[in-house]
Amino acid sequence: MKHKISFSKQLKNIGSRILELSTPLGMIGLITVSIIVILAIIAPWVVPHDPFSMDATKRLTPPFWMDGGSSTYILGTDHVGRDLLSRLIYGSRVSLLVGLLSVLIAGIIGLFLGLLSGYFGGSWIDQSIMRVVDAMLAIPTLLLVLVAIVVFEPGLVTLILVIGLTSWAQYTRLVRGEVLSVKEREFVQSAKTLGASNTHIISKHILPNVLSSFIVVATIGIATAIMTESSLSFLGLGVQPPDITWGSMLNDGRNYIATSWWIATFPGLAITVTVLAITFLGDWLRDILDPKLKKGGDDDDE
Amino acid sequence: MGYLKRSLLQIIPSLLILTLIVFALVYVAGDPVSQMLPENATAEDRAILTEALGLDEPFHIQYLQYLGDMIRGDFGTSYQYQEPALELVTERLAATLTLSLMALSVAIFISIPLGILAALKRNTVIDFLVSGISVVGKAMPNFWIGIMLILFFAVMFPIFPVSGADSPLHFVLPSITLGVALAAEMTRLVRASVLEVIEQEYVQTARSKGQMESIVIGKHVFLNSLIPVVTIIGLQFPQLIGGAIVVETVFSWPGIGRLLLTAIETSDMAVVQAIVFVIALITIVVNLVTDIIYRVLDPRIKYN
Repeated sequence: MKHKISFSKQLKNIGSRILELSTPLGMIGLITVSIIVILAIIAPWVVPHDPFSMDATKRLTPPFWMDGGSSTYILGTDHVGRDLLSRLIYGSRVSLLVGLLSVLIAGIIGLFLGLLSGYFGGSWIDQSIMRVVDAMLAIPTLLLVLVAIVVFEPGLVTLILVIGLTSWAQYTRLVRGEVLSVKEREFVQSAKTLGASNTHIISKHILPNVLSSFIVVATIGIATAIMTESSLSFLGLGVQPPDITWGSMLNDGRNYIATSWWIATFPGLAITVTVLAITFLGDWLRDILDPKLKKGGDDDDE
Repeated sequence: MGYLKRSLLQIIPSLLILTLIVFALVYVAGDPVSQMLPENATAEDRAILTEALGLDEPFHIQYLQYLGDMIRGDFGTSYQYQEPALELVTERLAATLTLSLMALSVAIFISIPLGILAALKRNTVIDFLVSGISVVGKAMPNFWIGIMLILFFAVMFPIFPVSGADSPLHFVLPSITLGVALAAEMTRLVRASVLEVIEQEYVQTARSKGQMESIVIGKHVFLNSLIPVVTIIGLQFPQLIGGAIVVETVFSWPGIGRLLLTAIETSDMAVVQAIVFVIALITIVVNLVTDIIYRVLDPRIKYN
């Protein structure tokens, strides 16, 4: 019974493999993501200034190392005199929240439909699900999200729901492919012969075997969702003021780029670093959890 | 031709589902009546307009009418511009497609030499540098790249114009902005595909026959590594168009991206629907064309 490994045992294996398989990039990713998550959680207690308080006398203060900069406002202030560093720290909250929750929604839908589609591969259920997937993948996610934004009031909840409901198709396609190969394996076939129900086979035999590649792709999906959220907030259609997001900060800074470069520069750096760290983490998770995704082969013989 | 016929037939359900999704969204959202009437309109005025627009019909009847109109090329009239929605879109389509094609050229121009170089110098500093740049290139949001390019090449060193699409110089910054992410994705792919081709038998044979390395690389490796690049162009096209919407905003580019944003802000649903449909259609056609090119380029793949 080499194939059937319980998920808890897998987790234990993962624990020891984290130490064994730590790579420099993976560790950078893990540590950076942890720092961003912790900062987001404890933001109210660590920000040097109130991120919402405006002060017209302090507006457009440059970062501390420039002429006219002050050590009170390390990264400078924006066009209405709000502290940029404090706003950057607060901005991580929205990005992470939208990233995590929208991927959770998309993941659950994608996983469910993918299991269904793959398990009943070739049937009318599979055919109709895959046609919807094709249609969803034929239009840019951003475009779908934009259309949906017209329907509902822009805001945090709308954004999470809309990104979640428009980005599940890629998970369905991935999970379906995995299920198609897993269900031909011996242990699934023998469970069938022994008369196990479909629900039992899917939840006990197939799901555990597709979960690891799903987790890897979902991790990268968080980075994509954060990008989408930033783009929308940049366009003014995402999270609305007074809520702070990196995308809308960038939009504020755009009009001052000729005189005050820091307002638009730092939020963009924050997005890039976050997306990069999540990507490193995802790549590393793939190496640990799912070596076959990288090699592109089947690990049936292992 | 059997393959082509089958692909074309598969497009139809995809397009139907797409129109259904968009129509359902608009149906849920739709209150065009309040948009069109002045604020002091009476309930009676509303009822008359609702009936005139056919909005009192049940969902499926409205959807069928909508489909019928669409087949005749009628996507409705924009409230904002008082012009046929489809015309508004086609007028601006050329600007968006030009921008996308320029971005694609930028991506090809960057990714093919870099990808080949990284693969030939595998596991050297050059390889790590190229891979590093492409990972970072993918992580940067395109609107930020655009703003940073404006900062460096229009503000600090005023070389290129900031907005508009009047001269060839106007194309430079927007095309680079839109092309970076695609270039990053394609570089990785070219590298991987060159590595795979190098290991193939015919390359080994060419080498062992004593052909010059430059001929081996140019004739066998280069051409064959282009095959997956064609596929990725098809796959990445939706992202490219999606990116164009944002990049057009940064550079005030007169394409459908800006039209779409205005339409969204004013709830001009006819225009939104026309844009979504046109983009989806283009995407599907691009996918089909790249698929065919792929099959022509790679003799191992049969049409059926």
